[in-house]
Amino acid sequence: MSQAELTREVARRVFASEFNDSTYTFKESDDERAPNYALLPTGDRANRVFAVGTLTETEDVGEDSEYWRGRVVDPTGTFFVYAGQYQPEAASVLRDTETPAYVSVVGKPRTYETEDGTVNVSVRPETISIVDEATRDRWVVETAERTLDRIEEFEAWQDDQEAPESGSTAPTNEYAQMARERYDSPVENYRRDVIEALENVEDVEATA
Amino acid sequence: MSDVRQHADDIHDQFSDHIDVSVDDVEDRLTTLVDEYKVPIDEARRSVTNHYLEEAGLDREDLAGGSSEAAEIEDVDEPEQWIDITAKVIELWEPRSDSVAQVGLLGDPTGTIKFTKWAKSDLPALDEGGVYELRNVVTDEYEGRYSVKLNSTTVIEELDEELEVGDDTSEIEGALVDMQSGSGLIKRCPKDDCTRVLQNGRCNEHGEVEGEFDLRIKAVVDDGLDAHEVIFDKDATENLTGISLEEAKDMAMDALDTTVVADEIRDLVVGTYYRIEGPTFGRYVLADDVEELDGPVDAEQLLIKARSM
Repeated sequence: MSQAELTREVARRVFASEFNDSTYTFKESDDERAPNYALLPTGDRANRVFAVGTLTETEDVGEDSEYWRGRVVDPTGTFFVYAGQYQPEAASVLRDTETPAYVSVVGKPRTYETEDGTVNVSVRPETISIVDEATRDRWVVETAERTLDRIEEFEAWQDDQEAPESGSTAPTNEYAQMARERYDSPVENYRRDVIEALENVEDVEATA
Repeated sequence: MSDVRQHADDIHDQFSDHIDVSVDDVEDRLTTLVDEYKVPIDEARRSVTNHYLEEAGLDREDLAGGSSEAAEIEDVDEPEQWIDITAKVIELWEPRSDSVAQVGLLGDPTGTIKFTKWAKSDLPALDEGGVYELRNVVTDEYEGRYSVKLNSTTVIEELDEELEVGDDTSEIEGALVDMQSGSGLIKRCPKDDCTRVLQNGRCNEHGEVEGEFDLRIKAVVDDGLDAHEVIFDKDATENLTGISLEEAKDMAMDALDTTVVADEIRDLVVGTYYRIEGPTFGRYVLADDVEELDGPVDAEQLLIKARSM
């Protein structure tokens, strides 16, 4: 087994709007058991994510066996969470939870291509837990911080690409480069989403 | 700079306040001993130092620090540094070689470090539990771990004071994202000093045994940048979950199944943010001090940053 498989993959913090744009997936090696990564448009790889939001709807969309879909909403968009017979615990949470409720989801990004060629990104959950509003707010602020850090590194790298003669010491940023090759949307969009998300938490505080 | 020159410089620095001597003089003396008489550099240094001590009418203790600098254990991060440390002998180990007089673990408030004292250095013995000022010890590194070596120039002074020894503690803040197997109500081997966790009533070492119940959580706490494995022992688990070992046993008894305890704990802890402090053992952090992060968060600072980017 390679070192990469022995090391537990970190759970990235990413808002729904960026997560749903993470349509490109890749592996770092040819080994068939090598982990799969979704490429985040702000320039990082995610084999696992941790998301907190409001579970607004659940539906059994399975045909032969139960297959539950949950919509988990954050200030920027909706995570689609699918759990079937191989995720029995997560499926039972989706089956039993009365919506709306704050939930946290730990899971793996999955992509599938629809007939018209669009790629949808969803979460295959490892665990879903009921949480409180304080946890949700903490996640929004934490995710905003991690996202801003990625944007900062992306922009430092980008400036360096545009003015290589300036002798800047910005580090190489493999995943920023990959993101620029694969995606069209500018990272500025995600900065605006971060502001929106933070304002959402601030408003709640102000009216509380 | 050559090795000899470096030592000459160090010695010169030690004596420059006391006697009029040039670095070249010191180097000549060292070179004679090392090159002509094949004396090891440590021994040559000791001998030359003694010569100047005599000339200046000084005792070794009169030399103020000199080339070595007072350091704390956590600051040791490169080999071949001459330092002075004040440390407690936490434990002495059995030397594996005749060339080693004593080997063991030293600790100060910032951490712990291995030490080796060579037989040929002919230094007084250190006692377990004693607190010492050790001047002129040399740092060393092996596979990323640091140690200090006492040598013939080392000055050992026993201090009549207590010294609190710090752990290599970690502080982690993040979400508890996973609870691993082997968590909840477990059984341990009752043999002396074994305490292995039983698998299906069997101990890997002692076979089928009547296990003793214990509570623990093996969890992953993740801040989005790193995933840390954390172990909560019985007390930490009881505090975290409000479920005592006795209650856990009752729950398992009622359900005729120990996994109900793990299920209950998982519901309580997964998805929650914690700040955890504790010593590190290999890849695990032992949760000594746990705080649930359920207070309000401040979005304002970050909002200012995001708007100005």
